Amino acid sequence: MVSVREQLDARRLLCPLPVIRTQDRVNTMAAGELLEVICTDPGAASDIPAWCRINGHKVIEMREQSGELVILIEVGEKKR
Amino acid sequence: MMQQRRALALISGGLDSLLAARVVMEQGIHVEGVNFYTGFCVEGHTHAIRKKDRARPKRNNALWVAEQLGIKLHIIDVTEQYKDVVINPKHGYGANLNPCLDCKCFMVGKAVEWIGEHGFDFIITGEVVGQRPMSQRRDTMRIVVRESQVGERLLRPLCAKNLPPTLPELEGWVDREKLYGFSGRSRKPQMALAKQFGLMDYAQPAGGCCFLTDEAYSRKLADLWESRGAREYELDDIMLLKVGRHLRPRPHFKLIIGREEGENNFLQGYQRRFPLLRMISHPGPLTLIDGEVGAEDVELAACIAARFSAGRDAGQVEMQLIDRDGSEQMLQVFPMPVAEVRLEWYL
Repeated sequence: MVSVREQLDARRLLCPLPVIRTQDRVNTMAAGELLEVICTDPGAASDIPAWCRINGHKVIEMREQSGELVILIEVGEKKR
Repeated sequence: MMQQRRALALISGGLDSLLAARVVMEQGIHVEGVNFYTGFCVEGHTHAIRKKDRARPKRNNALWVAEQLGIKLHIIDVTEQYKDVVINPKHGYGANLNPCLDCKCFMVGKAVEWIGEHGFDFIITGEVVGQRPMSQRRDTMRIVVRESQVGERLLRPLCAKNLPPTLPELEGWVDREKLYGFSGRSRKPQMALAKQFGLMDYAQPAGGCCFLTDEAYSRKLADLWESRGAREYELDDIMLLKVGRHLRPRPHFKLIIGREEGENNFLQGYQRRFPLLRMISHPGPLTLIDGEVGAEDVELAACIAARFSAGRDAGQVEMQLIDRDGSEQMLQVFPMPVAEVRLEWYL
């Protein structure tokens, strides 16, 4: 059962900063933990999933909420 | 079994770095990418802000390249350290405020630190001898090697045959014969190689991927430094230079006037940091006032901002001034006639 669910406020940051903040936070987390990223730059809708795909993390959910984009990520295994 | 060697590729998102990484991957090297975020990168900022561009497909080219290659990409925020490169470039600027040679030395230097920390063996760039007037000449490419302290660990696979062998070649980690000898400004060899690899869709950032190569942007940055009496900036300053119309009607203040809804929304985020003017009686721009202003200045700012509103031909328009402390004041002003908005005010 997943017990850790962190939140990252990336509102008003322009890409690639939401990706960088996501990357830096994910690097402090363990496999299986969840990170919810809230952003306002529509570019994040393509960039964060792309970053997750190439780095082995999984986008569980992506939704628009009150004009903001909420992306839920499950941290994957970090291979060297 | 031979140890698999590991290389870090500098990925800009353009074709050359894509090809350079691919060429080395073909030789069985484990490659990961790095992309440095300087704050000046042209990566969809304005597309993301401007509503009219929102329908355009947006992608971060460096991420896209990494995905095409199937490699990890590390995006590193170097905005703070990069200030010294922009403000004090040892080798000067290019045609605008682009410190290309210092930038390349800086980025390769950061990559040297990274491979040291992560136990990688060498660095790859997509540089081609003679490709760019400042940072990709035979003599300046030597400067990059010297100043970044990369030594023999910098491999430029697209033009390696025109350069002395590097450590990965001397040690037999890569076969020099399978590297390339491109030179000059022609893009044809790269395009042919892309075709050979089956790569048909790639970014072609003519003039580079940096706002500092842009004349209008550089002019606004130079104005920022002049008006402050100091060559310094914060990240927000350089973001705002990408947004709106910038007019300086008086030496001590300038206006940043939103051009459409997306920019107005973006500028709204700077409320409390700048006095802000909002149209009330007519649709129109949101305007930030950058500088210390008195009542007369505010009136002038409001008249100019009103000129860019739907009330430009109205006798009088109503606007709201929201000061940094949140206090609000209603203003009745006459929009400035178009002919009176001086060309020299535009930055």
